[in-house]
Amino acid sequence: MLFKESFAMALTSLMANKMRTLLTMLGIIIGVGAVIAMVSIGMGVRSNVTSSIASLGSNMLIVSPGSSNRGGVRGAAGSMQTLKYDDAKAIESKVKNIDYVSPAVSTSSQLVNGSNNWNSSVQGVTPEFLAIRSLEIDYGSFITKNDLDKRQRVCVIGTTVASNLFENENPVGKTIRIKNQPFKVVGLLKSKGQSSMGQDQDDMVYIPLTTAQERVMGITYVQSINVQVSDPDKMDQVQEQIEQLLRSRHHITNGKDDDFHVRNLTSLMETVSQSTAMLTLLLGSIAGISLLVGGIGIMNIMMVSVTERTREIGIRKALGATFMNIMTQFLIESMVIGIIGGLIGIGLGCVASQLIAKFGNFTTVITPLPIIVSFVFSVGIGLFFGIYPARKAAKLDPIEALRYE
Amino acid sequence: MAENKQDNRVATIQLRGIRKIYHIGEETLAALDGIDIDIHKGEFAALMGPSGSGKSTLMNILGCLDRPTEGSYKLDGQEVAHLSDDDLAHTRNGKIGFVFQNFNLLSRISALDNVALPLVYAGVGLHERRERAMHFLEAVGLADRADHQPNELSGGQRQRVAIARALVNDPHIIMADEPTGNLDTKSTKEIMRIFERLHEEGRTVILVTHEPEIAACASRQLLVRDGRITRDEGKGVVMDVV
Repeated sequence: MLFKESFAMALTSLMANKMRTLLTMLGIIIGVGAVIAMVSIGMGVRSNVTSSIASLGSNMLIVSPGSSNRGGVRGAAGSMQTLKYDDAKAIESKVKNIDYVSPAVSTSSQLVNGSNNWNSSVQGVTPEFLAIRSLEIDYGSFITKNDLDKRQRVCVIGTTVASNLFENENPVGKTIRIKNQPFKVVGLLKSKGQSSMGQDQDDMVYIPLTTAQERVMGITYVQSINVQVSDPDKMDQVQEQIEQLLRSRHHITNGKDDDFHVRNLTSLMETVSQSTAMLTLLLGSIAGISLLVGGIGIMNIMMVSVTERTREIGIRKALGATFMNIMTQFLIESMVIGIIGGLIGIGLGCVASQLIAKFGNFTTVITPLPIIVSFVFSVGIGLFFGIYPARKAAKLDPIEALRYE
Repeated sequence: MAENKQDNRVATIQLRGIRKIYHIGEETLAALDGIDIDIHKGEFAALMGPSGSGKSTLMNILGCLDRPTEGSYKLDGQEVAHLSDDDLAHTRNGKIGFVFQNFNLLSRISALDNVALPLVYAGVGLHERRERAMHFLEAVGLADRADHQPNELSGGQRQRVAIARALVNDPHIIMADEPTGNLDTKSTKEIMRIFERLHEEGRTVILVTHEPEIAACASRQLLVRDGRITRDEGKGVVMDVV
């Protein structure tokens, strides 16, 4: 028997019981729709988290000094003094695919303004730091190239520092004392709140790197170099190039340990991706269960249908239908429910996902993969849950079936 | 018809020692207990017998709907007693046309599609199916009812559709199981006239009935009782059913 015939027969009998067909389909429609909507929420959370990590400064490579090793006694990480400002300049000029290079030193110091004083972190940075950390100036300006070259005693302060030293006054243009040296406040930063580690990102004072090295700390090395890579796909390549460059600059021969580390935020990204993938999987599988229940609904209805149509099956068999003819007819019927239900479910799922995005204050992302998977799944479910009833129909004895009332 | 003349030809249907045994709990029941029949091509035979005599079982075996427990059934010289389900289905499709007491038409499809149904399982294409189905609907005088569903037709018309369906695959054996059982006198006459015409066209017709007047239309009457053939007579014999 031709496939076309079976298909036409299946449609005819599905149309004969419109309400029942629709209700059976509803199980699949809700199942597929739920999978698509849920997965789109999961994907939305993922893209949200990913972009917020990116705003923290993604594509970032952090070069830090290695630990010292004197006579077998190892110092703390970053205790080597071999990383210089010149290394940062060399990275900027020689390595490709880099947006910004920002060397930095930091110390902790007592800040004094008249009768107010406050202890805070003082960071020596370059003008690039503003962009690399996505900081924003609320008032005044950031440290300039000129400040850096002339080792100016200027500073930019965070809101926590400002409120502790100046209360409600505008600090820009005022002078504070850092390590007993006067620094002119040239800028106030916008509040950034706490970091994900619980650190107050507004409790900061930024001064030119050169000023920090020579006038405040009295050192010649830098404690870290932040490098922003322009293309996230080139992270590994850039990291490799920086390592090679620094090894040659520091005269490290093959086989000897580096006196620096280059780290990136990719591992953090990976962790986050893993946990959001888990979330997506969880949401998807909960929705998948409803798809499974829909499949059992198909099986239930097909069983009823086989019993109801026992006589029809008997007639068909008497007229020469073989086992496969009957089997095909019923399988196609249950698959058609799966296919049409799946298609409607996809439409519904996409609409639901849009509505959730619009009214639920969620970001939802619809990707082709869950659509394809849930469609294939719904057709598969139609097939799988159709097999038992179809077999039951095909195995009926024609005499018994014809006698059935 | 002269019996001697028939014996010289190979019988279309040849049953030898057919037994059908049912097991009901501990007991065994022989519905058929050694049946030997030869039915030749072109014969019009009536199977008669009271209910419980085994005539329905015999009909099912003759129609390849069931298999005997033992014995040999040769249909056109081919042994069919122990074929697989699917081979039996192919045999039914190609060689046997059924007419049932309760018509057994599919209620949701048109008369034309009902007639064409055996052709679907024979693998005939749509166009040819329609053409052939239409031809046989015309032959039973229902061309104008081709698009009607069975529930829009009278009993006599339904049985004519069923006969057209039995004929559509051009089988040379027509099996009719109480074909007039659900019909009024007028329709009964019409239907019996069609069977007589089929007989005249040279088809083998086997009729199961318990009505002597119906059986009298056939050229041969076989009486089944307690699973055996107790009488096998030529045309014109009036049955004395007790």
